[in-house]
Parts: sequence; structure tokens; C-alpha cells
Amino acid sequence: MKTLFSAIRLTLVSMVLFAVIYPLLITGIAQLAPNQGKGETIEINGKTVGYQKIGQSFTADKYFWSRPSAAGYNAASSAGSNKGATNPDYLATVQARIDTFLVHNPKVVKSQIPSEMVTASGSGLDPDITPTSARIQVKRIADTRKISEDKILALIDSHTQKPLLGLFGTETINVLELNVGLDELK
Amino acid sequence: MNTEISGIIALFVATVLLAIPFGKYIAKVYAGEKTLLDPVFNPVEKLFYRISGIDATQEMNWKQHLTAMLGINFIWFFLSMFILMNQGWLPLNPDGNPSMSPDLAFNTAISFIVNCNLQHYSGETGASYLTQLVGLMYLHFVSAATGMAACAIVFNALRERQAEKLGNFYNYFLKSCTRILLPVSMVVASLLVFNGSPMTFEGKDTITTLQGDSVQVSRGPAAAFIAIKHLGTNGGGFFGVNSAHPFENPSYFTNGIEMITQMLIPFAFIFALGYYLNRKRLAWTIFGVMTVGFLSLTIPTVIAEMNGSPAIAHLGVVQPNGSMEGKEARFGTAASGYWSIATTVISTGSVNSMHDSSMPLSGAMQLLAMMINAFYGGCGVGILNYFIFIVLAVFISGLMVGRTPEFLGKKVEAREVKIAAIIAILHPFLILVGAALSSYLAARDAPMGWWFNGNATGWLNNPGYHGFSEMLYEYTSSAANNGSGFEGLGDNNPFWNITTGIVLLLSRYLPIIGPVAIAGLLASKKYIPESAGTLKTDTSTFAIMTFAVIAIIAALSFFPALALGPLAEHFKLFK
Repeated sequence: MKTLFSAIRLTLVSMVLFAVIYPLLITGIAQLAPNQGKGETIEINGKTVGYQKIGQSFTADKYFWSRPSAAGYNAASSAGSNKGATNPDYLATVQARIDTFLVHNPKVVKSQIPSEMVTASGSGLDPDITPTSARIQVKRIADTRKISEDKILALIDSHTQKPLLGLFGTETINVLELNVGLDELK
Repeated sequence: MNTEISGIIALFVATVLLAIPFGKYIAKVYAGEKTLLDPVFNPVEKLFYRISGIDATQEMNWKQHLTAMLGINFIWFFLSMFILMNQGWLPLNPDGNPSMSPDLAFNTAISFIVNCNLQHYSGETGASYLTQLVGLMYLHFVSAATGMAACAIVFNALRERQAEKLGNFYNYFLKSCTRILLPVSMVVASLLVFNGSPMTFEGKDTITTLQGDSVQVSRGPAAAFIAIKHLGTNGGGFFGVNSAHPFENPSYFTNGIEMITQMLIPFAFIFALGYYLNRKRLAWTIFGVMTVGFLSLTIPTVIAEMNGSPAIAHLGVVQPNGSMEGKEARFGTAASGYWSIATTVISTGSVNSMHDSSMPLSGAMQLLAMMINAFYGGCGVGILNYFIFIVLAVFISGLMVGRTPEFLGKKVEAREVKIAAIIAILHPFLILVGAALSSYLAARDAPMGWWFNGNATGWLNNPGYHGFSEMLYEYTSSAANNGSGFEGLGDNNPFWNITTGIVLLLSRYLPIIGPVAIAGLLASKKYIPESAGTLKTDTSTFAIMTFAVIAIIAALSFFPALALGPLAEHFKLFK
């Protein structure tokens, strides 16, 4: 019995250190971080249009599209599709996405579409696409916005996030930042 | 070289390079030597002990250790049950999330005290900030420290002498928290906040997107939580999709930090064993066996993920980056595949991609990693699991050469081997009984009444072989105290909450009690100095022997189940 009472008291005092002081210290440190640890935002003319790390749905032809999402890009939740590779319903969904993509991008042939543009991300909030996925959308955007493809390709290059130190990992592009850049193009 | 491949090689090398000195530090902490943080934490610990009425210098035998450990774990269970079932009205709940149902609270509380973190809820909608910090993050610290303290007891028991008294549980426990977990968590959490993870007490934000949609964005005190969830190999995420969430794991760089953080203590404990017992060769032998095991699971997974799915190729699109369903563009397939095995060999269970959508072969490797559960393993408990296999290997080798089996100068006799055999059999027993029960119900599509809303097949998210894999994975993850899942499974209902809760309890405490008991029994025996007739346990021959024992036990127990699930699906996909 004495052991249990000691255990209760040890639990309560250690809780003060690990569950109160520790998070408060990190919250203090976060005040020095971008946007005080509330998540970095992107603003246009003082109006917040999104969080830099959180992906958004883009379905209009004039914007670069994001990847498909099982969460509908509503970041009040997050979800992957959790579909297995042999699931027939899943393969039908992917087929439908391919068809939609081809309808909106008539100058693209099927064998150019990278699979990431027709498969759902893990979080449902993926903020990025790869440069390849951006490039195959250039013709559609150039036609819709009536601007030259070269300008858009240059924009893609300037927004490409290279692998870490040029050595490790993937090349990505933040879709929201890319589309903000697109709106600023004349 | 491909930058995705070089990325994962760099991760592994960096982890080993950090773990060697850190292991030396851990050995010093448990040996009671002076360390860097003594001036800060010695007074804090003294104060804690005074308030609690604990004498941390009083040495305990192995039974007293276990009593102390189980006693304090018991308290944590009730405390977190209370918070989870009352979070709706308790403070720090800006998003107004409701209190948990009793069966969900039961499962969640157990799964956090046992270092598993199955998480049948979603962080954004199922937990208040009070729950996240006091109900769950506190358990991240103390459940990891429980495993580490148990391992420290075993270290102490394996020293070259005859002893009953094996140090003090509270001393090992609290030092694990203050000297190891807290300082490293501070560093990792700080790195995370500067790289995009939120640390705020504000609730959801509502914004209008560039295209004009109105969406909400969940935030919260995440960075502190994420750091300890990895360091303590807990794995329970702040947000629903865990480290696939862009706030929980914002970039390739943070992915590397989180990866190294979760493997650091499991690696370091192996080296700590070498320093503590002054048997560095033994430590490197153990590390070698574990690394061979780890690589033979990782390499096929990374290749399978980078090659992509034939079913997607059949639809006519290209897969330049491999199989991207359930994966994030910023991590890519190599780092996602590597993570999926790292998180399953050690018992973290955090995910940066959705395992349910992995290639079937990767799913088989993830399952196998948890079925073996002894390559590196969780904080402290990884070595305990491996210790069981060492005892069995010593016993079998002893029989083969016709000598009394010995380990580190202590005779291994019938009682120790019996305990080891029971613990080794318990793991497949819990997994296969659970999988058999649930798939029996699913095969009959049985009406479940109170246990589940609807018929049993309703909890599956995928048909066929993959559906079976989902159920097998859930029990394997519970029994390995891992916490990852094939998350398509509909698991927030009384059937899954209660059955996995029971598996969690049995599979956590018995595999701690067993090795501590064996070590305690060995410690009380006479120490026999090494002679020409001693079976050497730090040679490559013994390493191969241990690997063979692990492979045979795992293969014999689990091959049929793997063949029915992921292997069958693999051959269907590649036919």
C-alpha cells in the first residue's frame, strides 16, 4: 500500500515536469520560430490564403493541381485512402482520375502522367508535387491563362525545392506557393 | 547515385555514429557515474523523492523491482482513463472534442501505458490538448522509461558477480526520464518548431484558400509531443495520420530528424550494454545480428516501393517515383519504405506513409518485423526480447555440444529456459489467436451485436487477402506493442478496442517480467569464470546460431499466416 501511495505522489510531481514545464518551455522557444509556432502562413495583400505546409485543393484549369486527397484537403482532419494495391474499387477510382486528367489536359498522353497525380497522398494534405507533375500541366495553364509556356516553366524552376544539400531526398514543389507565383505573373 | 537512396544510407550511418557515444553516456547514467546534467537534475530528483517518500538508494531484488514497476503502471492506467473519459468538460479543449467512450478510453489508456499507441481515435477530433499533454505525452515519457528501467535491471543482473540486489527501480526510472528522454526531447522539439511543426495552444483556424474554398486547419502543442513520441519509441501521433501529416513532419529534413530520433535509443542501448558490462564485442555481435535482420527486411521493401505497382502500370500511367498511393511527395518512396521497416522493427509504430497501401511484399516485411520484434526493438524492451532468444540459443547450443549451457558466467538451467520458452511462444499465440478469431467472424460475416455496429466484414476496408492482412496486422501490432496499423480497419468499436486491449496488456508485461525474472535468477547464481570449455557468446558462430533460432521460431510460427495474407496478394498482383 505504501508503494502505491508513493507511486501516486511520484506520478503527480513528475507530471509537473514532463507534462507542464517541458511543453511550456518548448512553447516559449516557439515564440522565436516563424509565426510563433502557430504554423507558417502565406498572405496576399495582408489576407491569409493558407498555411505553407498544408496542401490545398486546386481543381480550376488555371491553377496547378495538387495530388488527389482522401481527406478533401480539409485540415480539420487528415486521412489516406488506406486502399490496398489489388482492391478493384481502388483501381476504378484511379482509372476515373486518369480519365478526368486527360479531359482537362487534352495535349497530354496517358503514358506521360506520373502516378502521384492520380493516387492519394498519405495525409490527404500533401502540400507538394514533383517537378515532373508540374511540367505536364504547363500546356493546360498556358492555354487557359494565355501566357507563354516558357514563363511558366521558368516559374516551376524557380520554385523547385532541390534535394537536401543537393544530395539527399526528393525534388518537390509547394503547389500553393507555385500558384501564388502564377497569379503574380503578368 | 539516386538521391533518395543516398538519403536513407545517410540516415542509417548518422544514427549509428550518434548512438555509439550516446550508448556510452547511457551506461554511465545507469552505473551511477557522474554525468553532464547532474548539477541540474540531482536537486530535482531529490525533491521528487522527498515529496513521494521514496528512498532511491535502497537496492531491490528482482521481485521488488517488478512490484514497483507494476504498481506505478497501475496508477497511470487509472489516471489516463479518467482524463480520456472526461476530456469533454476538462480545460484546454479549444476544439470542443468530446469525451471518449469507455471502451475507446480503455484501449487508448492501455495502449499508451504499454508504449504501443494503437490510436483508435484521431488526434484532431478525438483528443483535447489536455489529453494530448497530460493524458498521453506524459505516458510517452514514463512508458519508455519503464522499458528502459527494466533493461537497466537486466544490465545490472548480468554483471560478473553473485547478487540478489539489483539497484533501485525508481532511480533507474527517473534517471531514464531526466537524463536521457527529457534533454534529447528538448533538442528535437526545438529543431521541429523551427522547421514548421506547430507548438501553440490555439485551436483550429478557419481560412479561405487561394481558390476560394473555406477549410479548417487543426493545430496544437505538437512539436513537444512529436519529439518524445519518437525518442521513446512510442509512435502515437498528435494528428490522425501521424508523421505523414505536414505539420507533424514538415520536410525531408524533419523526416531525417524524426527517423534518427526514433532509432537512437534502441541502437544506443546495445552499445550501452557493451560499455556497462565491459563486453564491447558482445554488443557489436548483437548489433551485427540485428542489422543483418533489419537490412534483409528493409532492402526488399525499398525495392518494392520504388518499383511501383503492376496494377497501376497496367492502367497506362508512369511511376517515375514508385508506388505513391498513401505516400507524401516530400519523402518519396525510398524514405517511406525505409521508415516503414524502421518503425516496425523498433516498436515505434509512427508512420510517414499509409502501410495499408504499401506493396504487399512490403506489408509482409512490416508484419515480419513485428512478428520477430527483436531487431533493435523498442526502448529497453528490444534488448529484453533479444535476451530471450539468446537464452534459447545458449540452451540449444549447449545441448548440441553436450555441455551445461552458460551465459556470461552463469549456468542457464531448466527454470530460465522454461520462462524463455513461454515468452517466445506467447507472442505468436496472441497474434494468431486474435487473427483467427477475427477472420472467423469476418468469414461468416457474423452479426456482432453490441461488439460492432453491423456484420463483421464491415470492419474491413479492402476485400480478399488484403482484408485478412488488415486483421493480422492489427493483432501483430498490438502484440509487438508497435502501434502502427493497416488503418483502413474499422477499429474504434468494442470488439477491436477490447480484444486488442487484452493482447496489449499480456504482450507488454509478461515479456518484461520474463527477462527480468531470468536475469534475477541468473544473478543469484555463482559466477563461473570463463574457461576453455565456455561457450563463447560474442563470436560469429553464436551470432549465426541466434539468428537461426530467431528465423526458425518466426518462420515456423508465422509463415502460414503470411502466406494467406500479403504473400498471396503479392502473387496475385505479380501473376
